[in-house]
Amino acid sequence: MSELLHRYAHARAGDKGDRLSLGVFVYQEDHYAWLVEQLSEPNVAALFEHRGVSHVTRYLLPHLKGVNLVLDDALQGGVNGALNLDGHGKTLSALLLSMQVTPPT
Amino acid sequence: MTVVVGCGAGFSGDRTDAARPLVDALMSYDAPRALMFETLGERTLAAAQLRRIKDPDSGDEPLLEEFLSPVLSDCLANHITILGNFGAANPTAACRRIQQLAQRLGHSQACLATIHGDDVRDRLHALDWQAWEGEKRSISALEQVVAANVYLGADALIEAMAQGAQVVITGRVADPSLALAPLCYYHNWAGDDWDKLAAGALAGHLIECGTQVTGGYFADPGVKEVPGMASLGYPLVEVERNGRLIVTKPPGTGGLVTEQTVKEQLLYEIHNPSAYITPDVVIDLEHVRVRQLAKDRVEVTGVRGKPAPDRLKTTVSFLDGYQGEAEISYAGPNAFARANLARETLRQRLALRCPANLRARFDLIGISSVFDGDSQLTAQTLQDAANDIRLRLAVEHADKSVVELATQELLALYCCGPAGGGGVRRHHTQRLKTASYLVPRQQVAPTVTLHGGEGNE
Repeated sequence: MSELLHRYAHARAGDKGDRLSLGVFVYQEDHYAWLVEQLSEPNVAALFEHRGVSHVTRYLLPHLKGVNLVLDDALQGGVNGALNLDGHGKTLSALLLSMQVTPPT
Repeated sequence: MTVVVGCGAGFSGDRTDAARPLVDALMSYDAPRALMFETLGERTLAAAQLRRIKDPDSGDEPLLEEFLSPVLSDCLANHITILGNFGAANPTAACRRIQQLAQRLGHSQACLATIHGDDVRDRLHALDWQAWEGEKRSISALEQVVAANVYLGADALIEAMAQGAQVVITGRVADPSLALAPLCYYHNWAGDDWDKLAAGALAGHLIECGTQVTGGYFADPGVKEVPGMASLGYPLVEVERNGRLIVTKPPGTGGLVTEQTVKEQLLYEIHNPSAYITPDVVIDLEHVRVRQLAKDRVEVTGVRGKPAPDRLKTTVSFLDGYQGEAEISYAGPNAFARANLARETLRQRLALRCPANLRARFDLIGISSVFDGDSQLTAQTLQDAANDIRLRLAVEHADKSVVELATQELLALYCCGPAGGGGVRRHHTQRLKTASYLVPRQQVAPTVTLHGGEGNE
């Protein structure tokens, strides 16, 4: 059975130039190891492939039960260069949370 | 001793009635306190530079009076130092306007300081440029440069406070430095006490986006509830000399301060959490912990600091072609099929009429307004359910007439497109883009200029 990541985690997107960062946190501390599994660099890269992302770097923050994802070239030019209505990529936290996941056990 | 800093604006378009409850709360503290306003993004500064080029007396924050008039008098009378980057491209102009406002409020002796030195547009050829790690454009490739601004640190702001400034007006200063400066000044932290500087810069980072740490940009009904969205409290941070910090907000305001709101803001716009680079200190968040102490009070501990970087980030803004946008709506039965036909018709017309190097993007708003790539769609479409769709065209080209021709083709869908299209809007702008570089710290010399007042001398 597949569910949306939205049920288990919350996230905020930030931008610098053409680089997108996503801070992602679990609601329940004991889901953290599961979150880390779901948010592998290849999984995240696949979800954003259609945006032309060139590289994904993942940073783990076990004390915060959070993951910081940095996606290069995700913003198609960034706030001053994109043709997208949301040049900042602020809405992309919701794209991440729409990831289909296998629920934690 | 504790020092308290509030943040009355997190961006140029922020709520202008935010600072009043903050100042009421600040006045109730028996402690040194300051109020910061952060109103300058990469985009806002570039736009301010363009306004200044057109009118030398312009280029500062347009909403300056709206932000300051509710609180300026009480801040001046109660030793609440105001620090703001609302000088934008023209701190001197902002200073003049604040002086006039202070005079109208009966504070003709107010001591104001402007910080200069961030604007290096006239020194483009004199500085040793290095591309920022995410930057692919070489500085020499940029034409029509209209602005170049270095992110200054807290040093000059601290000096301004030492000289008696009650309002410190800056252009491009790193956002956290607006809070770090009063913390350094009152706590007397040494310039190389990296752990303390990191705590102070983190305090600034947490409050610099205003309500983003107190329940703004957080609500998700059913999952993350936020009370009082229409009266969100703006943040206050209490920082002890040893660097311990607590995020809170004024009593009686909406919003909330929880471990969740603080964590989301903690990582906001951060890349490597072990090395968040500011002009004053490199912040290491790896060991940071957050803890709810009481309702709307969250403690943040464990931040560490590393020496400040040798080079400072610099944003260069340049004119680069034109952008056009145009939209048309299709609603009711078979709306998706008609919108889709309009899109395909428009695609063919642009191929027929416009140069091949026209950059173009199509959105079907109602199905996807933001998630798609420029040329590739997301898989998540709900086209069967959608019955109110707006076709959006966005184009970019060096030649304005090409952009106008392209959006003209959307306008022509009124008569030549599928049945029932309506509500066309067209919009054209000159594109102002930004690129990021690093310059050696020793090539940048911030200065403090005092205006009015008696100072501390």
